[in-house]
Formats: sequence, structure tokens, C-alpha cells
Amino acid sequence: MTPRKPPVFAMTGGEARLDGRLVLRGVDLRVPAGEVLAVLGANGSGKSTLVRALLGLIPLSGGRTEIYGVPAARFRDWRRIGYVPQRLTVGGGVPATVREIVSSGRVARQSRLRPASRADRAAVDRALAAVGLAGHGHHSAHQLSGGEHQRVLIARALAGEPDAFVMDEPTSGVDAASQAALAGTLRALIGQGRTVVLVAHELGTLEPLITRCIVLDDGRVAHDGAPPKPVGEHALPGHDHVHPHGPAVPDGGPLGTWDRT
Amino acid sequence: MSILTFDFMRRALLAAVLMGLAAPAVGTFIVQRRLALLGDGIGHVALTGVAFGLLTSTSPILTAVIVSVFGAIAIELLRSRGRTGGDVALALLFYGGIAGGVLLTNLAPGGDTGSLLSYLFGSISSVSSRDLYVVAGLAVAVVAVIAIFGRELFLLCQDEEVARASGLPVRFLSLLLAVTAALTVVVAMRVVGLLLVSALMVVPVAAAQQLTRGFRTTVGVAMVFGVLSAVGGLYAGYQRDLSPGPAIVLIALALFVVAVAGRSLIRTLGVRPGPGMLRRARANGRGARHPRHESTTPASARSDAEATSR
Repeated sequence: MTPRKPPVFAMTGGEARLDGRLVLRGVDLRVPAGEVLAVLGANGSGKSTLVRALLGLIPLSGGRTEIYGVPAARFRDWRRIGYVPQRLTVGGGVPATVREIVSSGRVARQSRLRPASRADRAAVDRALAAVGLAGHGHHSAHQLSGGEHQRVLIARALAGEPDAFVMDEPTSGVDAASQAALAGTLRALIGQGRTVVLVAHELGTLEPLITRCIVLDDGRVAHDGAPPKPVGEHALPGHDHVHPHGPAVPDGGPLGTWDRT
Repeated sequence: MSILTFDFMRRALLAAVLMGLAAPAVGTFIVQRRLALLGDGIGHVALTGVAFGLLTSTSPILTAVIVSVFGAIAIELLRSRGRTGGDVALALLFYGGIAGGVLLTNLAPGGDTGSLLSYLFGSISSVSSRDLYVVAGLAVAVVAVIAIFGRELFLLCQDEEVARASGLPVRFLSLLLAVTAALTVVVAMRVVGLLLVSALMVVPVAAAQQLTRGFRTTVGVAMVFGVLSAVGGLYAGYQRDLSPGPAIVLIALALFVVAVAGRSLIRTLGVRPGPGMLRRARANGRGARHPRHESTTPASARSDAEATSR
């Protein structure tokens, strides 16, 4: 055991390009274990790119990033990480049951030649129950609503029993029931001391659970600290932050819903 | 059955069953990965391999294996590198494969392009027993790859980035899938022909997914459809002296039409799947099995489902 645990994610001077365009412009970010970090920002501010770069899915064009103290490109202990992508990446026409998708979250813990063990099945059952889908494993994932589908992807990450979660827009376009289920799931994870990094347009019902916020503006960290107070229309008394956002334009829309402070 | 009294028919039948099992099994993963045309690309490239075999008087099957494996690796590398030029790169291989195949055949001693025809559309009588050994070996290899790596390939085809963030060897698995597809093309080449190979990787899968809810069952049903089409088409070809390839593909397409009809029949009679099914099931008790309960879906829930399905 080393005397000081390395942070879960540590990025220094992170720069990343997408199609030649500089999307991250020198991001410094340390995420210690147990932190619940929200990444906020307007569409196109680089939120998704940042979390994918933290995972090493996008190579940095400058700076460096480490996962548990190991450079992302050389990191191998992936069972400690659970990644929940933006829902629009789920594609392909072949049906799959909810249980099949959630079970695939165990793959980092399984060996090739052995069938799923009792521990695997129990972990999948727990993951399904945690997102409120117990007993629905036999449904086809194609028949689910957006919010239900999002819960399946979260359950897939839960099934791997990782220490840290990275969730890309888990609340976008999600109905109120699924938002509540998600908040409950997060509360349980935080109670267990897991680390969570989540990208969001706005915090809504998740706000009380967040311990730290960063706001990205044009690829730079514009705010780092407590969740900033919403301003404008969002701060009005009767505004309850539950309106769903269409996931059609991931990060490319001209207007953001986050009001910068 | 009198059909089995001929040696060549027994060999062809065995080759057809092996092909019917292997092609849809690989095809399910290929379709999920949105690479339905991969089989076509490899098929065209394999033609150059066949011609190379004719030119050098070695076994066309073996040269086809070698060339199509290289072609599959090239396609996969082009796909993973550039995100824009992928389809153009595929097209280049298509045309290069056909042109190379015809040109090399012309160069072969006494070679005329007519000898390519049996490779393009399949031919029952030309399956030699040595071919059969190669085909059987390849089919076993293909099914073994699916059995051993199926779990990882499933996640890869669902979401490549999640597969990478789960620690899977994404590049190796992508190449493995491409090479497995190439071997499948060669398995199917003698019976169904290179121009129609891809149909056996795609059409039974398209038919199966009309009727199934899970990935594993889709693979299984697609393999059943694959064997039915292959054996049925071969038998029809034998009876009526037709090319087996087109007969096999038309039977597969007929199964697809039947599956689509079966699906709409199931929908009218029973479960009506749609977005937000779980919520409706809860809202209506267990009554979601009746279409008339649709109208009881809260308007808010429904507009949410529609908004997010965009």
C-alpha cells in the first residue's frame, strides 16, 4: 500500500482536438476518491470530450491524464471504472434483452471459457434492482423509453461493481420517474463511498448529492467549486428543473441551457 | 432420400449445413455493428483469391482464404482509421477485387472467365471432398470463435467505447470479427457463391430479429433459418437443376417475409411493444398485453417517450 492514494482521475494541461478543432484548452482536474463531481457547461463547451479524455477514449493532443495514478493509455485495471455513455451511441438493429445488456457490464471480471457464475448473476440482479428494473430483465431493450434505456446503461456499469463511475448526461431526456430512480441509485453509490463524475446540462433533482462542480466554457474550466446558483429563469420560484431535453444534438447545438454565472 | 445417393450431393449438403450455421452466427454481430456490407466487400476481394488459385493451379479455396483474410484486415484498418473515407475505401476494395479476379483469370493458361461463374453464384457439383475438409475446418473455427469470444464481441458491437472502457482488447476483437467474417465468406463460397455470400450473413438475421427479443435467441433463430434456407435451396436446385445460390437466397428472403408477417400477427394478437413499455405495464397492472390499454397511457409519459426517441 502506498501512503497516499492517487486520485481517481488527474488531468494536467489537457488539450484535445476533434476533427482538428481544439475542444479542450488546457484543463487541470483532479478527482479524489469519494468525490461526486458534476461537469456542467453549454452545448459544445467540451463536457463530453473531457470525460472521454479522462477515460483515455480520446487521445490528448497536449498535457497528460492519469487514472488511479497510471497514464490513461497504459491503464489496465478497468474493472475499477464504470462508464455510462450518452444514450445515442446505443445502436444496431439486433434486439437484446435488458439482462443481456446489463450482463455485458461484467465482462471485465469474467474469463473467456467459463460461463457466467452465480456471483455474476447475483451482481446483475442487484444492478437491475438498483435502477428499479428488477423483474424486467427479459424485456427487449428496444421496447424501452428513453429514461428506461438510460437506467439499463447505468445498470450495465453497476453490474461491473466498479469503484468509480463516469456518466455522460445521465439525466438528459429522462422522465421524472427515471430521474427519481437515478437520484436514488446515486445516493446509494455515494453512501458506499464510490466516486462519481457526471456530465449534465443542469443538476435538477441531483443537486443535493453533488459535492463539487466544474463549469466548462469553450474548453476551459470557468468555475470550480460548489454548485453555482442558477440565475435567470431557472432561479425563479416555480421552476422545477424537470423538463426533458432532447438528446438529438449531443454537444453541437448553438444554445446551451446552462446559464453561466 | 434419393438425393443422398450421390456422393457430390452428400458433400454439398454437408457444406450447406455448415454454411447455414456459420454465416448467420457471424452475421448477427456484423449486423449489430452496422457492417452489413462487410461480407460483400470480402466476397469481392475473395474473387481475386480464387483467380490467383486458378492462375497458379493451386486450390482456389486456399488462395481465397489467404486473400480474403488480408482483405478483411485491410477493410477493418481503413474503417477504424478514417471516419470519413470508410465507404469509399470499401468501394475501392470491391472494384479492385472484381477487376483483379477477372484479369488474373484471363492470364491463367486456358483460363476464361466462365470458370469464375461457379464461384460467383455457387455450384453443387463442384464441391470436392478436399474442399469439404477445408470448409468443415473453417466452419468449426468460425463457430468456436463465436462461442469463446461471443460475450466480448457482443459488448464490442453494442458500444465500442464502452468496450474499451471495460478493458476489452478492442483492436484485436475487431480484427478477429473481420477475419472470422472472411473465413465465413470462403465457407459459403462454394455453395452460395461470392456475389450472394453476404445475403446468408444478413437475411436470416433480419428475419430472426422480427421474432426475437434477445441477442442470443436471435443468433439461434438466425442459424435455424440459415440451415433451412441452405438445405431448402440446395434441394430445390437439385430437383430443378437450378443454381443453388440464388435458390438459397430466395428461400431466405421468403423466410424474412414470413417472419415479418408473423411479427405483425403476434403484435395484433398479443404484446404490443413500443417505447415506455415498462411504465405502461406498471400503470396498467399486467394489462399492457392488450392494445386497447394503449389509450390509458398518460399523455405526459407518451410525449416524453416521443421526445427522447428522436
